[in-house]
Amino acid sequence: KYLSTFIKTLKYMRSPPTPEMATQEVPLNETLAHLKTESETLKSKLEEERAKLHDVELHQVAEKVEGLGQFVMKTRRTLKGHGNKVLCMDWCKDKRRIVSSSQDGKVIVWDAFTTNKEHAVTMPCTWVMACAYAPSGCAVACGGLDNKCSVYPLSLDKNENLAAKKKSVAMHTNYLSACSFTNSDMQILTSSGDGTCALWDVESGQLLQSFHGHAADVLCLDLAPSETGNTFVSGGCDKKANVWDMRSGQCIQSFETHESDINSVRYYPSGDAFASGSDDATCRLYDLRADREVAIYSKDSIIFGVSSVDFSLSGRLLFGGYNDYTINVWDVLKGTRVSILFGHENRVSTLRVSPDGTAFCTGSWDHTLRIWA
Amino acid sequence: MTINTLAKGGCHREQMACFRKMEKVIVAMQDPDMGMKMRNQRLLITVIPHAMTGHDIITWLTHKYRISEEEALHLGNMLVKYGYIYPLKEPRCLVLRPDESPYRFQTPYFWTSTRWPASELDYAIYLAKKNIRKQGELMEYEKERYSLLHKRINHTWDFVVMQAREQLRASKQRRKADRIVLECQEQAYWLINRPPPGVNNVLDTGLERPNNFSCRVTLNSDYYKREIEACRKALGRNRVKSSICLEGFLKYSEQYLNHDPIMQGCLPSNPWISDDTAHWTMNAEIVPVPTRLRVERWSFSFMELLNDAMGRKEFMTYLEKEFSAENLYFWQACEDIRHGENSKIVEKVEDVYKNFLAPGAARWVNIDSKTMDKTLEGIKRPHRFVMDDAQMHIYFLMKKDSYPRYLKSDLYKNMLAKAIVPQETKKSVFPFMRRQRHSSPSPAQTATQAAEEEGLAKGAGANSAAGSHF
Repeated sequence: KYLSTFIKTLKYMRSPPTPEMATQEVPLNETLAHLKTESETLKSKLEEERAKLHDVELHQVAEKVEGLGQFVMKTRRTLKGHGNKVLCMDWCKDKRRIVSSSQDGKVIVWDAFTTNKEHAVTMPCTWVMACAYAPSGCAVACGGLDNKCSVYPLSLDKNENLAAKKKSVAMHTNYLSACSFTNSDMQILTSSGDGTCALWDVESGQLLQSFHGHAADVLCLDLAPSETGNTFVSGGCDKKANVWDMRSGQCIQSFETHESDINSVRYYPSGDAFASGSDDATCRLYDLRADREVAIYSKDSIIFGVSSVDFSLSGRLLFGGYNDYTINVWDVLKGTRVSILFGHENRVSTLRVSPDGTAFCTGSWDHTLRIWA
Repeated sequence: MTINTLAKGGCHREQMACFRKMEKVIVAMQDPDMGMKMRNQRLLITVIPHAMTGHDIITWLTHKYRISEEEALHLGNMLVKYGYIYPLKEPRCLVLRPDESPYRFQTPYFWTSTRWPASELDYAIYLAKKNIRKQGELMEYEKERYSLLHKRINHTWDFVVMQAREQLRASKQRRKADRIVLECQEQAYWLINRPPPGVNNVLDTGLERPNNFSCRVTLNSDYYKREIEACRKALGRNRVKSSICLEGFLKYSEQYLNHDPIMQGCLPSNPWISDDTAHWTMNAEIVPVPTRLRVERWSFSFMELLNDAMGRKEFMTYLEKEFSAENLYFWQACEDIRHGENSKIVEKVEDVYKNFLAPGAARWVNIDSKTMDKTLEGIKRPHRFVMDDAQMHIYFLMKKDSYPRYLKSDLYKNMLAKAIVPQETKKSVFPFMRRQRHSSPSPAQTATQAAEEEGLAKGAGANSAAGSHF
C-alpha cells in the first residue's frame, strides 16, 4: 500500500516544460544541448528510482539453494565444412538439425546428429551474420552485408537450386545483424547496423512495424516466450538493451548498464528476465518486473568480450561464448562461474542451446561448429 | 561495401579495452612485491636477465586469479598471442609452454596498443634491416611482402633504407645481450602485427563498428525527445521489489530442474552422448503414450500445456466434454490471424466472426459485452491485432477456469498414471563400439511430401526415410 502511494507521489512530481516550449527564439543547437541534458538527468533519476526497490541481491536470495557440483561437458560433434569464420547458427524445432552461416557467404543446413550436410546455399554477399530456422523446419532465413534478409525454402530435390526460390523479405539501410521468425513461418523480426529493428510479412515482404530508439547499430534480438507473445528485446552498440512492444513499435523498457557493445540478448525461460553479453567481458541479468539489472556475471581472469549467451532449459545455467575462444558456464542464481570449456581455436561467435535443452551448439571463427553435451 | 579488418584511422574500441585489461595483468605480474620472481635465463652462451619460465607464469596466474592450471595456461597463452610476453626459445612460435621454457615481458614501446595500427613504413624499415643485416635472413613470405612494399612505397624507399642502416648502426653499439633482446622484441611485435600466412591474425576484429555513436543514427532533437518521453514513462512505471521478483527465479529453476537435461541428464539417455535417439522418439510431437516428465510439465503453466501439441489435444478433448471447446478453437483461430500472412487477414477475420462472434454462430464464444463491442467495431477495419482483446479474454478464461479443473480431472490423472518413465540406458560397456547414427526424415521432406500428395502422387521419397548409415 505504501508502494502505490509512493508511486502516485512520483507521478505528481513532473519535470518542468522543456525550454523550447518556453522560448521560440533560442538557436537550434542550444535547444539540442538542453534536450540532451534533460535526457541525461532523467536517466539518472530513473536509475535512482530503480535502486530504491532493490532490497536484496540475487546471490543472497540464492544462498539457500544447493550449489552445483563438478560439471562435465564435452564436444560431442564437430561440424566441419565452412571455409571461413562461422558467424551465426540456429536450431530447428526437430532438436537435431541446425543452420549456420559464415563470412564467405555460405549458409549450410546440417543434421547435427549425423553431421551430414543436407543443404548448402551461397549468398551473393559475404559476412552472413544472421541466420534463422523457420518454425516449420521448411525454410531458413539469412542475411548480412547485403542489408537484406532472404528466406530460402528448403527443397529436398537434389537438382533444385535453392537460390532460385529465394525470397527477399527485409530491406535495411545497413548490414543485417540478426533475424528471427516469430511464432510462424510468416513473419520475421530483424535487427540492423542502421540502428533499427523491423517486423516483416514474409509472403509480401511488407514492413509491418519498425522499431526506432537505439542510438547506434543494433546487434542482437530475442523474442519473449510470454503468454501474450508481443514483446522482444534488442541490444546494440549504444550499450542499451531495449524491450519493445511488437504491436505499437514502442520501446517499453530500456536498460543501460553495460560498459560496451551488447553482442547478445536472450530471455530467461519464464520470460520475466533476460541476459545480455557484451564486449565489456560481462554477462548481466535484467529483471523486467523489478525493472533493473539484478546480476553481473564476471571474473577478473575473463578479459575478452562475450559474443553470445543462452540459458539451459531450467534457466539455472547461463552459457557464454567468448572472444578468447572459450565458453564460460555460470550459475545464474549464485552468480558464480561453474565451468570453463576449451576446444575452439578462435573466437566463439555464436551459441545456442537446443530446443529440448539436451545440448548446446557453438560456432567459431575457426570455421567449425561444435555440439556440447 | 568494404570491410576494414584493421582500422585505418582510429582504434577499435573493443580491442583497446582488451589491451588495457591485459596490460593491467602484465603490470601486476611485474609488481615488485606481488609480481613474479624473475631470474637470469641462459640462451645458448648468452645470459638474458629478467626472464621467467612458462611454468612460473602459469603458477602466478593460478594463484592470482584462483583459477585452474588449464585456465591459467589459456590466459597466459593469450598474453603471448597478443605480444605482451614473448618466448626466448623458438621465438617464432608464440605459444606458452607449461615448462622451463624462458619468456620475457615485451617492452611497452612494442605493445600493439602503443602505436596502433602498425604502419607500412615501419614494417618496410624492419624488413629492410633484416635484409641488410644478413642476406637471405628474410623468410619467403617476408621476401614477398618486401617486394610488394618496395613497389607500393617506392617513392620513400631511400628513406626506408637510410633509416634501416641508421638503426642497424645504433644497435651495433649496444651490448650483445641488449641487442639480442631488442631483436627478439621487435620480431615478436611484427609476428603479431604482420602475422605469417596460415597463422591466426589475433588483431582481426571482423566487421568494423562505429567509433562514434552518431555514425548511423542522427542524434537530433527528435531522438532526445523520444528518450525523454521514454524516461518519463519509465519513471511512472510500477516496479516490484527485488526480494519478491528474485524468489521467482529460484522457484522456476527448482521446478524445471528435473526437466533440464544438462543439469540432471535425461532418460533413457542423452542422444548426443549415447548416440541413441530413443529420448527423441519417446518425446516426439505425437506419441501413443507420453513420458511422465512431459505430462507433469503440462501442470506447470497453461502456456506449457498449450505449447505441447499433445497437451493441447488432450485439453481440447477435455473441453469437448465440458462443452467449452469453442474457446480453444477461437484462441487458435486468433493466433492464426496474428501470426499468419498479411494477405489472409481480412478473410480469416471474417471466418472468425462467422464461426465465433456472430449471433447464433456455431461456436459462439462468451465474451463480455464491452470487449465484444470493441471487437465488432474493430472488425469493420480488420487488421492483424483486431482480435487481441477478445483473444486475451478467452485465454484468461481458460487459464483461470478450465485449466485448473483439467488438472484435477480424471482425464489428466489417468494420463499421468499411464505415462512412461523410461529406463536409464547405461553407457555402452564396450567404449570402442559406437552406435550407428541414423538420420531422420527432414521436416522439409514431410512438408514436401504432403504437398506432393495433395497434387500428384509421385511415389514416396526413396532417400531419407530408409535412413542412411554413418
